Amino acid sequence: MTTVTEAAPIPTFGDEEETDRKLVIICSKGSLDMAYPGLVLANAALGEGIETHLFFTFWGFEMITEKTMDHIKFSPLGNPATHMPNFVMGLPGMTSFATHMMKAQIAGLDLPEVREFLELITDSGGHLWACRMSADMLQLEEKDLFDRVEGIINAADFIEIAEGAQTLFI
Amino acid sequence: MTTATIAGADVQVDDEGFLTDSTEWTEEIGKQLAENIGIELTDRHWEMLRFIRDDYAANGVTPGTRRVNASGGFPTKEQFELFPKKPQKKSAYVAGVPKPAGCV
Repeated sequence: MTTVTEAAPIPTFGDEEETDRKLVIICSKGSLDMAYPGLVLANAALGEGIETHLFFTFWGFEMITEKTMDHIKFSPLGNPATHMPNFVMGLPGMTSFATHMMKAQIAGLDLPEVREFLELITDSGGHLWACRMSADMLQLEEKDLFDRVEGIINAADFIEIAEGAQTLFI
Repeated sequence: MTTATIAGADVQVDDEGFLTDSTEWTEEIGKQLAENIGIELTDRHWEMLRFIRDDYAANGVTPGTRRVNASGGFPTKEQFELFPKKPQKKSAYVAGVPKPAGCV
């Protein structure tokens, strides 16, 4: 159906409503398949003009530690969604193989790798924070982390940042 | 679908006001659309809009932030400066192409 009007509607883009919507994503996993949900959502939220913070804790440090962030792996072991028997997935080399396959898929979708994704997120105004307790346990300091991490903060600091935010734990 | 008059031309728009046929776009329309959302177009805006339109024409898909950065040469920060808060949707609106469909 085509109707004729005089003036075209103008999208508001939500600009007129001064929103204090805020998103905090806690990244606690160090595997490739669990790294992406937080990255994708953070990037999407920033594209919608939403203040976004990523808080990395425990295994999530894999994503922001210089030594590991370019080598995050996917393990198919114990994951029924791969539809492969565990005795096959447990064979030597399977993690590398599965990681290789998943990375090819990610690249095929034109998705950036973890480091580039974090650059994109911070360029879009996103904030990266590291967990104090995890840093102590893993014996890591700020110099060991991706330079765009704004700081190593404690639980109370995090609770302060998360005030009024929608919070996701991944 | 609605036919609307923008900058003196009759064009097809959707419920939100996005052009549904990018070939109906003209620079005059682009100027009007930018004005509608409070953006004054500079040379750099035009360069980015041209990249988005050319890329859309070539691939049939509106390029996302990353592609506009990597292939178009517009750093992410600059995209946010040119089209504040929602660079992808705003630039697509002004360029007369669909909102980006991808997640990144």
